[in-house]
Amino acid sequence: MAALLNVDNLQVAFRGPRGEVPAVRGVSFSLGREKLGIVGESGSGKSTIGRAILRLLPDSARVTADRLTFEGQDLLGLSPRALRNLRGRHITMVMQDPRYSLNPVLPVGDQIAETLRVHGAGGRGRELYRKVLDILEAVQIRDPERVYRAYPHELSGGMGQRAMIAMMLIADPRLLIADEPTSALDVTVRRQILSILDDLVSRRGMGLILISHDLNLVAGFCDRVLILYAGRVVEEIEARNLHACRHPYSRGLLASLPRLEQPVGELATLQRDPAWLDGPVYRFGEEVSR
Amino acid sequence: MTASPMIVVDDLAVHFGEGRDSVRAVDGVSFQVHEGESYGLVGESGSGKSTVLRVLCGLQQQWQGRVTLAGAPLPKRPRRDFFLRVQMVFQDPYGSLHPRFTIDATLSEPLAIHGIGERRERVHRALEAVGLDPAFRFRFPHQLSGGQRQRVAIARALILEPRVLLLDEPTSALDVSVQAEILNLLARLRREHGLTYLLVSHDLAVVAHLCSRIAVMQGGQLVEQLSVEDLRRGSAATDYTRDLIAASSGEIIAQPAQST
Amino acid sequence: MSETLSTAGWRAWLLSERPQSALQARLGQAWLSWNAFQRNRLAMLGLALILLLVLVAAFAPWISPYEPNVQNLRLRLQPPGAAHWLGTDELGRDILSRIIHGARITLYIVTLVVVIAAPIGLLVGTVAGYFGGWVDAVLMRLTDIFLAFPRLILALAFVAALGPGIDNAVIAIAITAWPAYARVARAETLTLRRSDFIAAVRIQGAGAFRIIGRHIMPLCLPSVIVRVTLDMAGIILTAAGLGFLGLGAQPPAPEWGAMISTGRAYLLDQWWVATIPGLAICLVSLGFNLLGDGLRDLLDPKRRGG
Ligand SMILES: Nc1ncnc2c1ncn2[C@@H]1O[C@H](COP(=O)(O)OP(=O)(O)OP(=O)(O)O)[C@@H](O)[C@H]1O
Ligand SMILES: Nc1ncnc2c1ncn2[C@@H]1O[C@H](COP(=O)(O)OP(=O)(O)OP(=O)(O)O)[C@@H](O)[C@H]1O
Ligand SMILES: [Mg+2]
Ligand SMILES: [Mg+2]
Repeated sequence: MAALLNVDNLQVAFRGPRGEVPAVRGVSFSLGREKLGIVGESGSGKSTIGRAILRLLPDSARVTADRLTFEGQDLLGLSPRALRNLRGRHITMVMQDPRYSLNPVLPVGDQIAETLRVHGAGGRGRELYRKVLDILEAVQIRDPERVYRAYPHELSGGMGQRAMIAMMLIADPRLLIADEPTSALDVTVRRQILSILDDLVSRRGMGLILISHDLNLVAGFCDRVLILYAGRVVEEIEARNLHACRHPYSRGLLASLPRLEQPVGELATLQRDPAWLDGPVYRFGEEVSR
Repeated sequence: MTASPMIVVDDLAVHFGEGRDSVRAVDGVSFQVHEGESYGLVGESGSGKSTVLRVLCGLQQQWQGRVTLAGAPLPKRPRRDFFLRVQMVFQDPYGSLHPRFTIDATLSEPLAIHGIGERRERVHRALEAVGLDPAFRFRFPHQLSGGQRQRVAIARALILEPRVLLLDEPTSALDVSVQAEILNLLARLRREHGLTYLLVSHDLAVVAHLCSRIAVMQGGQLVEQLSVEDLRRGSAATDYTRDLIAASSGEIIAQPAQST
Repeated sequence: MSETLSTAGWRAWLLSERPQSALQARLGQAWLSWNAFQRNRLAMLGLALILLLVLVAAFAPWISPYEPNVQNLRLRLQPPGAAHWLGTDELGRDILSRIIHGARITLYIVTLVVVIAAPIGLLVGTVAGYFGGWVDAVLMRLTDIFLAFPRLILALAFVAALGPGIDNAVIAIAITAWPAYARVARAETLTLRRSDFIAAVRIQGAGAFRIIGRHIMPLCLPSVIVRVTLDMAGIILTAAGLGFLGLGAQPPAPEWGAMISTGRAYLLDQWWVATIPGLAICLVSLGFNLLGDGLRDLLDPKRRGG
């Protein structure tokens, strides 16, 4: 199976006043028509990987890779025009914080309608209106007519997040990068959103990168998981084996989860070890030294 | 002592909008939280959880019903000393700190508002209470990680020594290792200061870890209250709650037999 | 050697990850901004032009070769040359000296307009944006009325009412300038007032005016400053326009606009009389524009970074 996305030795560093700060250090993976999870603590570079693939990083970022291709096209060498065409049509990203991604002075429905028009799927008048309502219903919004006319600040956190997801799905992309798409959703709504995504992957052959720090979610939903520490993949593992991960960092993350069935007095916290920065890494349960 | 109610909410209702866009965001909600208790609020997205918290801390001033906080009725237009009783921690640690204020300025501000002296010492103590090195005092928020910012937000809420702390998804923007640190911190602070918590979260495991009783909301109504033991056992009265519990425990990694 | 060591020490102090005092933290931030600003060549050019204006104005009596208002009819309309580098005007006054002294008037006008208009605009905009509702409606209709007229026409009307003179010109220009700043401040306030950090100070018991003054204004200030700097060229031109029409500074004050106005009569044969003050106006306007662009670039990425 030809891979959709190939990433080989991706490096991202931010130039700052105190010198260059590496954010991603040699990440390699390939993605087929499957669900790849990326987990890791805050600041480990998860969002930066997503942005690097879409070339959305600011000028202060230096991005290098031995290979960064989408369906064989070199993403690093694309012209701005080709890039714009690719983004939003073939690759889209659900950003981490919907409140900064939605326009605060436009009703949510109008923003979705605009996206529909851009993708030529609109129609006009009542037809367009109905389509937007259908989309809102598809992401489990209860009273779509009110939400259509609501401004972003009049929505609850989870409703805003769902509106964002709805907009990203209109494009019918071949690769979707979802950055914490369900962090503000309750489990039942989340399950329905995830089943929409799952459907897109299995029926339409979309590739999905799910960025999250929710280990339960990734374990139950994805096919494969990358565990990121300080910009490096310290462990790659099949999602269903995540409970048996081997890297001490991965184990530490698992141990710090509160569990419904097993109450504990004090939660375990992670003791970081400087050796993790460039020590051995694990692939599917085997130790490999890079 | 522990049985005296700290928060009494009776038939609370909140409407937004007019005409065809009007919505009953909170629709006849009643519950009580005892002094020193930690009470969880879970439920559907958009079911009015955040709105209940905003009413209780005085941010949402249009509401109907009866609410009592620490023995006194909640005023419609709260005066300054009201805020000494109740404080709130927000979900997004990136948006809840003023970007141009140092940590010191952020923490001193509530003291200045209430004319409280000994600011240096109090700021120092607040930082220590949340486990932040006082060397961070003069950093700006963008020089802190998400977990450190959330600690600052908690320190700011505690510096006025309130008796009630409202927590709106305090860890959902944090990764699990930082979440564990913050949850331990919250548990310790409650023990040490005898605080009363009202916690909103989507993560039943988090709620179960911190709270002794839990209320489930759906469509602006409180559909069920249950104890944490009931929650762990999965014995709930409504389908919605059973569904919530099933969805949460089915995902637990420690039980590979159940995962697919 | 020891000097490089001590500058390295200063740098380390400024860039310290754990500052020891509020002052050090603020200076460190300022230093970072200055570093970023320095990399923008055009903005530095703008800054240099403005600094030049300030220096010239400050030292005018010492650096000008002649008295600006002393007439010498025998030397009228001399072309630029060794004795009078930029020539003389129709009354034999040295144009270079008049330009140098005119810098004071320009700076005076610009400073006063900023001191009057920027705070008014900031206050009106933040109050309207924060309170919303009818307060917003009333204040914004008021600014709309002001914005509806071209600036020079409005300034003309005010000067006509107040009487000609430089102070009245300043007041007239300030009255026409603030609405734009109010708009900018209001737009910024509208997004800020719903943020969690404002909600957080509200539930600490802060009153509306404390929130506006201490928490919202500092965040609106950068965009207002940028707007003011970019506006400066327009202010100088309006002042010159009033001077040109005889409604601003009164003779014999060496106001640049008035100088163009008198030079106009000799434009074809003695080009320098009108052109030199025109160039001065252009340079200073350019300086403010470049500086404003640079400031905008500097302040933008920060806003994105939140
Ligand atoms: N524009 C930027 N300029 C400078 N540094 C940046 C920038 N964006 C990200 N970084 C840095 O790169 C590192 C990785 O950040 P990134 O946002 O990818 O983390 P993350 O894994 O997505 O974390 P989170 O879970 O908090 O979203 C961090 O140390 C961050 O400070
Ligand atoms: N300012 C407002 N104007 C109009 N409607 C609002 C406003 N704030 C909230 N609402 C509506 O009130 C309802 C409840 O919102 P609330 O934020 O309390 O939900 P929530 O339970 O916190 O949801 P989530 O879990 O997604 O955060 C939603 O339908 C929302 O659209
Ligand atoms: Mg991220
Ligand atoms: Mg909420």
